[in-house]
Amino acid sequence: MKSFENVLPKLVVAPGFVLGFAFIYGLMIWNGVLSVTNSRMLPNYDEFVGLEQYARLWEMDRWYVALKNLGVFSVLYVGGSMLLGMLLAIFLDQKIRLEGVIRTIYLYPMALSFIVTGTAWKWILNPSLGLEKLMHDLGWSSFGFDWLVQSDTAIYCVVIAGVWQSAGFAMALFLAGLRGIDDSIIKAAQIDGASLPRIYWRIILPILRPVVFSTILVLSHLSIKAFDLVMALTAGGPGYASDVPATFMFTMSFTRGQIGLGAASATMMLVFVAALVVPYLYSELRTKPHEH
Amino acid sequence: MNAKNLSRLAIYAVLGVAVFFFLAPLYVMLVTSFKDAEQIRSGNLLSLPQGLNLESWQLAWSSACTGVDCRGLKPYFMNSVLMAVPAVLISTAWGALNGYVLSMWKFRGSDLLFGFILFGVFMPFQVVLLPMSQVLGFMGLSSSIAGLVLVHCLAGMAGTTLFFRNYYTAIPRELVNAARMDGAGFWRIFVRIVIPMSTPILMVTLIWQFTNIWNDFLFGVAFSGADSKPVTVGLNNMANTTSSVKSYNVDMAAAIIAGLPTMMVYVLAGQYFVKGLTAGAVKG
Repeated sequence: MKSFENVLPKLVVAPGFVLGFAFIYGLMIWNGVLSVTNSRMLPNYDEFVGLEQYARLWEMDRWYVALKNLGVFSVLYVGGSMLLGMLLAIFLDQKIRLEGVIRTIYLYPMALSFIVTGTAWKWILNPSLGLEKLMHDLGWSSFGFDWLVQSDTAIYCVVIAGVWQSAGFAMALFLAGLRGIDDSIIKAAQIDGASLPRIYWRIILPILRPVVFSTILVLSHLSIKAFDLVMALTAGGPGYASDVPATFMFTMSFTRGQIGLGAASATMMLVFVAALVVPYLYSELRTKPHEH
Repeated sequence: MNAKNLSRLAIYAVLGVAVFFFLAPLYVMLVTSFKDAEQIRSGNLLSLPQGLNLESWQLAWSSACTGVDCRGLKPYFMNSVLMAVPAVLISTAWGALNGYVLSMWKFRGSDLLFGFILFGVFMPFQVVLLPMSQVLGFMGLSSSIAGLVLVHCLAGMAGTTLFFRNYYTAIPRELVNAARMDGAGFWRIFVRIVIPMSTPILMVTLIWQFTNIWNDFLFGVAFSGADSKPVTVGLNNMANTTSSVKSYNVDMAAAIIAGLPTMMVYVLAGQYFVKGLTAGAVKG
């Protein structure tokens, strides 16, 4: 009986873990297999083509457009959300009246689907009836705003909507970090004559470094996976001017009948995310010796 | 006015501008949904509607067209309900059981196992799309709601396991040890001791999973068929349909309808949602 009690926990979770591992790692390998085949409309495992699909991928103009957009989007989305989130968190931490209400308002976009907010932003950024019309009605008649339909600016519309959606999330993480800092540190620095901006820059920010780090990590990996918002706002257009790797992968795999190529681009996305996340997970799990 | 008051004023001004920035899209959605086509043309984003015109809401819910399908958002909304409820419950229960074992019944290699599962929280699901659609085909679950439920359970398991495992790690070990001394077994401890202590983390996980699954678009668009599309896919198709004149009032009403369930959950149980967000980012 005793020994049964010892194996029971393992028996209980084993089927689930096998399924979970099959889903995460099994399908990952399967996708890798697809990427070295010549699959087009349907998966086809007959012909091994080596790294041909990867070579094709890295010769495609459209893939470079997607990568460039990913670069622009990642930097501005992560940077913008962090800066706005940090600013709002610091200001909210100054014993503000109605703090709870304000915090709730800053964070509500995170509860909404990117498709919902993307649909709203698509209307707001509409070239003729949206922001442009509003500015004209307010008296700024020369104001023009057609970023959404221009090839070289459409991706910035995705940035605007993305920052709007995620800044509150960064704010919540920073605010939680700020609340963990002992007030006496700030008081002591004030007695020493340091100004408040200087205290935040020189003392608080370094203490918050772990929070800043994990926020960057979470936002960057979200930016690599960005799909819904692009689909709702621009669907990768005009043409493929605002394509990102996730929309590229989807188009190749499900509408263009290029399954092998789609699988190769999915593998590249996996490599990007893994390069970002694996070192983080490794250090997190190693440096925290588990108590008990 | 002295310097201190001035800086307080500046802080409130910045926070106020931000409140406007975050609320503006919601306001625009609401006022647009109550306008008719004429008012949309003549007014602007911020102008108030003339009266509460509910026609676009009615259209969005039950008769707006996507291509030739003129059933509004209702069937998609129902699909989302049928998909989200079982997927949320199963993935949460699964995570609770995994977390219980990984924190209180540790075995050799269980921490390493957990590390490998943790990667599932971050992985780009694009790598599972193509193989999974084949798997669903083999199982006869292509384009079905049951298939979507299965995918959401598998994809959500890493996150729910993380939530419960971290929460249970903080429960004093003595409690479990004492129960074991008294002869309580694996299931008895789980049901009698651990679950009654789990209300906060259950709330966090249920809300987190519901928000994720309701808002999902990637799996919805990749694995659903004509009769199993979730509401996000229905909304996106409706808003991007090119067949007729764009009716932004209907799009906005549809967007609000699609966002309403998660919004309600956020308003009613926001503190749990925020805990989930921060717990997902700061691992233990």
